Amino acid sequence: MDKGKMVPVPSKAIIPERDLDKTPILETHHLGIDFGGLTAVDEFSLTVGRTEIAGLIGPNGAGKTTVFNLLTNVYQPTRGTIMLDGKSTLKKTTEQVNRMGIARTFQNIRLFSNMSVIDNVKVGLHNSIHQPLFASITRLFGYKASEKKSRDEAMELLKFFNMEDMADHQAGSLPYGAQRRLEIARALATHPGIILLDEPAAGMNPSETAELMENIRRIRDNFQIAVMLIEHDMNLVMNICEGICVLDHGKVIAKGSPEEVKSNPKVIEAYLGKKKEAN
Amino acid sequence: MSFISNLINGISLGSVYAIIALGYTMVYGIAKMLNFAHGDVIMVGAYISYCASAYLGFPPALSVVLAMLVCTVLGVGIEAFAYKPLRRAGSLAVLITAIGVSYLLQNIALLIWGSNPKAFKSLVTFSSISLFEGKLIITAESIVTVIACVIIMVALTAFTKKSKMGKAMRAVSEDKDAAELMGINVNVTISLTFAIGSALAAIAGVLLCSAYPTLQPTTGSMPGIKAFTAAVFGGIGSIPGAMVGGILLGIIEIFSKSYISTALSDAIVFSVLIIVLLVKPTGILGKKITEKV
Repeated sequence: MDKGKMVPVPSKAIIPERDLDKTPILETHHLGIDFGGLTAVDEFSLTVGRTEIAGLIGPNGAGKTTVFNLLTNVYQPTRGTIMLDGKSTLKKTTEQVNRMGIARTFQNIRLFSNMSVIDNVKVGLHNSIHQPLFASITRLFGYKASEKKSRDEAMELLKFFNMEDMADHQAGSLPYGAQRRLEIARALATHPGIILLDEPAAGMNPSETAELMENIRRIRDNFQIAVMLIEHDMNLVMNICEGICVLDHGKVIAKGSPEEVKSNPKVIEAYLGKKKEAN
Repeated sequence: MSFISNLINGISLGSVYAIIALGYTMVYGIAKMLNFAHGDVIMVGAYISYCASAYLGFPPALSVVLAMLVCTVLGVGIEAFAYKPLRRAGSLAVLITAIGVSYLLQNIALLIWGSNPKAFKSLVTFSSISLFEGKLIITAESIVTVIACVIIMVALTAFTKKSKMGKAMRAVSEDKDAAELMGINVNVTISLTFAIGSALAAIAGVLLCSAYPTLQPTTGSMPGIKAFTAAVFGGIGSIPGAMVGGILLGIIEIFSKSYISTALSDAIVFSVLIIVLLVKPTGILGKKITEKV
């Protein structure tokens, strides 16, 4: 690593005041990706504070999930930089980026559905549990201790989501809402500094959504991490997000607090306006 | 009495198939590819242990360990050089590469050890058990093979079910991308699978050649194909399926050899595969995949 490298600091970035004296957990500068001739995301610059709940909204096809795929290096960006906890994620693999502190859930649930609930969480704990291969094979040399630690930690996370009694069920057999919660628990197990939630409220009824909002706040407060979510449920977004970024046709059209975004004419035109008509 | 003796021989042969089938099924489960070179890794394992005991005077156990080490390195090497560059390529490209690797191994063995069959001296040193005044003889090789198969099966099931790396392997086999996003190194996990499969192939090679003591460069190919059949028969991707498929196949083969026709036994074995696949396309223990609409 070259030491004297300078990185641009976005002057207009907004993050919660309480996070000001710490390095932002996530910063992107002029991020962009082209698929063939098509520019899917362009000039995406964003800063997320250490304990911020951030929202990424926009009409369908605006490129929101593409941004998540860029942040987790599922796609390699064509342009721009991503700084995770002050370190560039350039040329890292998805798995290395996860270890640097970013975890995510998926728009369509992607649990390991043939594995038990607790094993799903234990997979998330993979890198924080020390168990040399030799111990795995021989079942000696600290095997028991490491398996117990992994089980305890996994149970703790399941308890956080009120799922401890489902620990031994098969993940794929859980009701939809529980699968969503398990996906979040599994992501949290990787000890991220920021967790990306891709449409966490999709397909949920109002009471489940209310519970989810509560859970998102609890995740932030309890683990002291940042949460960034893609969501179409405006009630949820406006309620819990501190900073919101609006994406349309792959470009950021507005950034700011919920109030600022709500009253931005561009946003109303691109997004909320349509919604009002529909109502 | 001949029925029981055939049954024991069948279980013993089937146990070898089961151990080989594990390599196929694990690799298929995790990398979604058919490693047709697996059968030839068996042959290499057998040659290594043959050389170690015949030329270097290694004791049996040590020659098996050496064969396992060499095969592990070989298996991981094959994966790294031949299959890893094709990770994102179509399945046909990988399949053809695997067949190419298979021929490569056979021809290298031909260059090194020549085409003359070697008489493999059984590594099982204790004597056979004779029951019912000599009417029923259980060979020591059969006993060792069955015990080895059971131990391997139990250990491997515990490994994949309970241990950290085992869970990572199951996660990768279910959803590679999601596993990667959970911080699991997919390449390491796949290499480990090849390592385990190849080490087992070495054991299978030694057991096979201890029971059927002719060793030549093509020794591995027919058992390899039959073990692959066993893996499909039991439900490819399933570890207990490999066990059930392997043992059933061994029994069918020995029974058709002794009661129907030696010449037709292979035809019968493969006909059974066709019938099973017609009735239950996912194999005996294979999971039925229902598509959600």
